[in-house]
Amino acid sequence: MRNQSPVSWPAEDFSRVPFAAYCDPAIYEEEQERIFRGPTWNYLALEAELPQTGDFLTTKVGDTPVLVNRDADGNLHAFVNRCMHRGMLLCRERQGNTPNFICPYHQWTYDLQGQLRAVPFPRGVNGEGGLPDDFDRNNIKLHALQVESFKGVIFGTFSDHAEPLIDYLGPEVIYEIERLFHKPIHILGHQRQRIFGNWKLYNDNVRDPNHGGLLHMFHATFGLYRLSQKGGAKLDARGRHNITWNSLGTDDEKTTIEGYEGTKKVYKPKFSLNDMSMLQNRTEHPDDVTLVILSVFPNVVFQQISNSLCTRQIRSSGCDKMELYWTYFGYEDDDADMTQHRLDQANLVGPGGLISMEDGEAVELVQAAIQREKDKHAIVEIGGKGEIKTQKSLVTEVPIRGFYSYYCELMGFPVGTDAAAE
Amino acid sequence: MISADVRDAIHDLMADYCHYIDDDRLEDWLDFFTEDCVYKILSRENVENDLPLELLSCRNKNMLRDRILSLREANIYNIHFDKHILGAVRILAEENGAYRVQANYTVYQSNQDGVSELFNVGTYRDLIVFADGKPLFKEKIAIADTFGIPRLLSTPI
Repeated sequence: MRNQSPVSWPAEDFSRVPFAAYCDPAIYEEEQERIFRGPTWNYLALEAELPQTGDFLTTKVGDTPVLVNRDADGNLHAFVNRCMHRGMLLCRERQGNTPNFICPYHQWTYDLQGQLRAVPFPRGVNGEGGLPDDFDRNNIKLHALQVESFKGVIFGTFSDHAEPLIDYLGPEVIYEIERLFHKPIHILGHQRQRIFGNWKLYNDNVRDPNHGGLLHMFHATFGLYRLSQKGGAKLDARGRHNITWNSLGTDDEKTTIEGYEGTKKVYKPKFSLNDMSMLQNRTEHPDDVTLVILSVFPNVVFQQISNSLCTRQIRSSGCDKMELYWTYFGYEDDDADMTQHRLDQANLVGPGGLISMEDGEAVELVQAAIQREKDKHAIVEIGGKGEIKTQKSLVTEVPIRGFYSYYCELMGFPVGTDAAAE
Repeated sequence: MISADVRDAIHDLMADYCHYIDDDRLEDWLDFFTEDCVYKILSRENVENDLPLELLSCRNKNMLRDRILSLREANIYNIHFDKHILGAVRILAEENGAYRVQANYTVYQSNQDGVSELFNVGTYRDLIVFADGKPLFKEKIAIADTFGIPRLLSTPI
């Protein structure tokens, strides 16, 4: 805890979120240390992207460039993508395969475990120049993250004090990851979306099942997701992760019409597509759950929307910008027809998604509106105040309060200190 | 040798395609496609890595109609004007009366404050056929160099 907090959290149940948290560059700087480099596990990549020895890819943890690779023993590593010499970006390619990493600046060479192996002209020329006698190559290693993989999902942490990954995820999240990765996957491709808003606004968005049936009119209109359907939001014990889920076709017309009464354009019973194949749900699980949006603190979302499967990695880039990096996949045993179906359904989400294109816009418009409102607060009361717990309805935003309870713990922000919320 | 009439017709189609989007005549724009058309926006990153995922894909004209319908009726997106700048149109080959056509494009978006930004730059790789003397897109494929999509992808490229 600190004596003076740069932001006020007037409600102990986190039903008020200070807009300053989204706008203050100093808070953003601290988040990089306390959240992304703190005792959290960050999503790095999927093992299916690195099947072979020497495979590597570059990614981000918050805004730190990170290199992920597989060594000759099949072990995964993650390093800050920075040469230990003079700080050059060590690996410039997005992905590839290499026997070692050679810095383009002065050709310092590292092996796949991050150990410095070679420096050109170590003894100089004709006895002049070169490395000092006490320079020991063996002492120089790339700055490594601790890496763990669960069901082929690679996580990394900067901290020596992080809980074991299994405990960090908790049984609720583990259940969903095991469900989504119940058999080997193959990668279909990537999408990138540049969103002009704070990285936490996107975390709020995916912890807000309420908006899914209101902002995303395509969803509601075609019944993929309506607030009147069977669904809810499952939280882990700490409330930091969230699982929004629902089941297609579990709503009745009366509840739906009553619920959406007075909304504009959202629910249109008479509206239909010329080609309905994209909306088809092909059952892949013994349960009847057709949508899962699993958000793991702080930087990843796992998605099942019917048969569209992907991860969405949140890469912060200053307090008012982020990149959303989407990795779509299917299962190794998909036939050509199923792969085509997944590619068709990829149209539902992503930057051009019939459902999800609105999220980038919503985040940007919040960021724009709150710039001069740093002493004001967002109201987070839908689904109730007080205890942060699993929700049995989609008309809720309680998971947002869960996110901030853990966020404030890591940031050391005192809570409930101000007299009252406006 | 490709006749001047065919060449003119292809150039007109490529130009009209862009102007109809910029003029928000998307329902009429649909008439530039065959019923069995393929319309795709691809990320150059995926193309180069041999990955099949599209940024947007319609495998027939009905799916393209649904895109426009969804834009009109369901989606919330940034209020903007599009402006396409089309590069030189190259007719690469003729295959049984169908023409492989390539052209670079740039799309600027302007917001309600009159601020214009580069939205997307890339290359069209198209297949154009003639029906009753009229050129139509059987394939319209935009390969985006700008695969880091700013905000969102709503109106067609």
